[in-house]
Amino acid sequence: MSNLSKNKYKGYDADRSKYPETRNGEPVIDLDSHKFTKMWQGPQHPGVTGNMSVEIIVNGDEIVHAQTHVGYLHRGFEKLMERRKYIQCFPLVCRICVPEPDTNEYLVSAAMEELADITVPEKALWLRTLNLEMSRIASYLMWIGGQAGSLGMGTIGQWTVGMRDFWLDLFEEMTGGRVYHMYMVPGGVRKDLPDGFIRKARDLIVRTRKLLRDVENSFLSNAVVKSRLQGLGVITPDMVDEYGIVGPNARSCGKEYDIRLNNPYLKYDELDVKMITSTVGDAFSRAQLRYDDIHQSLDLVSEILKRIPVEGKIQAEMPNLLNWKIPAGQTYVKAESTRGEHGFYMVSDGTDKPRRVFARGASYTHAISVLEKLAQNISLSDLAALMVSLHTCPPEIER
Amino acid sequence: MNKKHNDEIENQMKLANESLPERERALFADERPSTVEAFNKYYEGFLNWARSRSLWMLAFGTGCGATELRPLMTSRYDMSRYGIAPRPTPRQASVFVIGGYASIKTIKRIVRSYEQMQGPKYVIALGSCTINGGMYFDSYNTINRLDYYIPVDVYIAGCMPRPEALIAGFNRLKEKIRAGECEGMNLYVEKFDWYKENQKQIIKDWNMPDYNW
Amino acid sequence: MEQLIKKINGMIRLRAYKKQRESLHFFTVEEAQLEMILSHLKNYEGFTHLAFLQAVDFIEDGKFQLTYMLYNYETKMNIGVLTLIDREEAETASIHKLWAHAWQYQREIHEMYGIDFPGSPRVKESFVLEGWEEMPPMRRDFDTKEYSERTFYQRPGRSTNDPAEYMKEKLYRNYPQSPAIRRDDE
Repeated sequence: MSNLSKNKYKGYDADRSKYPETRNGEPVIDLDSHKFTKMWQGPQHPGVTGNMSVEIIVNGDEIVHAQTHVGYLHRGFEKLMERRKYIQCFPLVCRICVPEPDTNEYLVSAAMEELADITVPEKALWLRTLNLEMSRIASYLMWIGGQAGSLGMGTIGQWTVGMRDFWLDLFEEMTGGRVYHMYMVPGGVRKDLPDGFIRKARDLIVRTRKLLRDVENSFLSNAVVKSRLQGLGVITPDMVDEYGIVGPNARSCGKEYDIRLNNPYLKYDELDVKMITSTVGDAFSRAQLRYDDIHQSLDLVSEILKRIPVEGKIQAEMPNLLNWKIPAGQTYVKAESTRGEHGFYMVSDGTDKPRRVFARGASYTHAISVLEKLAQNISLSDLAALMVSLHTCPPEIER
Repeated sequence: MNKKHNDEIENQMKLANESLPERERALFADERPSTVEAFNKYYEGFLNWARSRSLWMLAFGTGCGATELRPLMTSRYDMSRYGIAPRPTPRQASVFVIGGYASIKTIKRIVRSYEQMQGPKYVIALGSCTINGGMYFDSYNTINRLDYYIPVDVYIAGCMPRPEALIAGFNRLKEKIRAGECEGMNLYVEKFDWYKENQKQIIKDWNMPDYNW
Repeated sequence: MEQLIKKINGMIRLRAYKKQRESLHFFTVEEAQLEMILSHLKNYEGFTHLAFLQAVDFIEDGKFQLTYMLYNYETKMNIGVLTLIDREEAETASIHKLWAHAWQYQREIHEMYGIDFPGSPRVKESFVLEGWEEMPPMRRDFDTKEYSERTFYQRPGRSTNDPAEYMKEKLYRNYPQSPAIRRDDE
């Protein structure tokens, strides 16, 4: 808690009882009084994550009111899936979240497998786990670059996005796709690991760890970063349930919720996953937590590479996929993405097309309710850092 | 008589800005955009050569194609080698990279940003979804062809195009600029009414001036 | 979990109950008892995390199904509370007082399905669509392909390969000419 008290003089905890005037608990904001300015951050703004916008009212450089607007990336996936066959949904779902598409692929195939009662072979489960962990690393590496870039440190982004590109190369070797992989199909995976993949992956893990040491020295140990991130956007434990906060944002204030441990899926029950939590709940603790999480993912990838079976089937026996009818039913499957609980709710009505597919994006509440609350009374220049530190991903909010 | 006639013609040429409330109309320009004549052949050739070598890109990630812009900007593919740099504001930018599908809400912002860019300006449309809708051909919220709303100079096909494809697209744009073929800005002025009609057909709540300077 | 179901069944009569898997259970309740049962689950049974709230359109029955997915951190269980509401006058009680982020889902459902939640903050505000004039797009009777063809310009030359037709042509190209191949379904 010492971090919080240190920031008192910065203005976050200053006495706000007098200004702006409040009436019935709501601040009185009169735009015609020339004391407030209304402005937009985004969608055309370098300081927003993806394509979204925040409508803010500032008093000086202090934000007194924020309202998120999304919908710039809405493509109507859920409607489109209703008029596509089950197997045709696969090219669509990975586009729901761009930096980390594999969670979507896994979840939609898991939902279909559960409804159609298909057992996935052992080796395919390992390959899926490997793919998911690799995509976590790639997503986190991009996130570090974004968090540093939001504070004006361009160099970290140059390093980590460059390193992410080598992970994308691995993906390309494994799946054939750089950004969108379409690797996990119902019943298993599409391809086995190519020759020499394990050696390359181990090599890359070593290089990534080396890079992360540099990142720790120059980013997490940086005095400017600390002074700007500490005390910014504090999530308190009682906010977690109220706002449905999940993932690293919830773990940063002590809530032990990691689906890989709570409801293990794939091979996570055999792997040594640790619950990484923190108790501070501010943006800096979230950054540290995610930094530790990359190291855990690197550990997991090297462990999976050791334990992955050489022989074995990678695809279960499937019916004719072009005319695949799934029995009526409904299910909800979830997995831990880098932003938290990512879930798919699928309702089938016995035809060859799904009745309803709903993708619960992990940052659905982070970007709207939570951001609007946390953005109050912070400095305008900190809004970009706060937005990145909540790790919002607009395409999964509006789908 | 002649002067009055000229005034009448001028008034007809003014933009109505009908969607704006009465008191706000005076705040925005009602002048129509005008075409820019080329200089003489040699001077224009020199200018085109210079333009093609410093392309400033508007950093507006309009779709998922913006993910591949980040590797392009950073150390692996490093687009500054080609004289391309990202700029945060449309006033300073000369290339608008449309990153994939444009939903109706985004196309409004695209039009607005495009009109605010100062000439000479070029548009690169990235991804299959800007060409014919791609995999969102039947979506109710994404447009199918971009060239009905703003003029496009270079298309890059693929979903999504790799950074190498983007570099190839930028090089193609440079060739076109040097050859003096990138006249999208003048085309927009010449077919201004047609573009506006198309834009207003899909942007139902048009609450901005007809031409955003 | 069986105890909980028994307990709830004692409080109200469940209309349907289904165990999907060990950690996921669905049950259907009457619309009038929904708010009561949700607040009971939240306050007394530890189902404090609202994962999502969504609607499904069952146009054949003239019903919307609302799904409230709850999670219990202690027992690590998911419960899906389902309720069926009338499709014509779609309106149900708002739960924004139970969870502070529920208004987001209610706003989205109002826009996508036209279900009203009286009293929910900002529920009439547009969420992802802007200037939308048609019927709510996620309703089953809204034809997105027809709307897209009507509104957006098509570039000629687009060909569609329906996978079933395409594979049929690839595999059985000479099918009418060769009587030796016989398929069961014809």
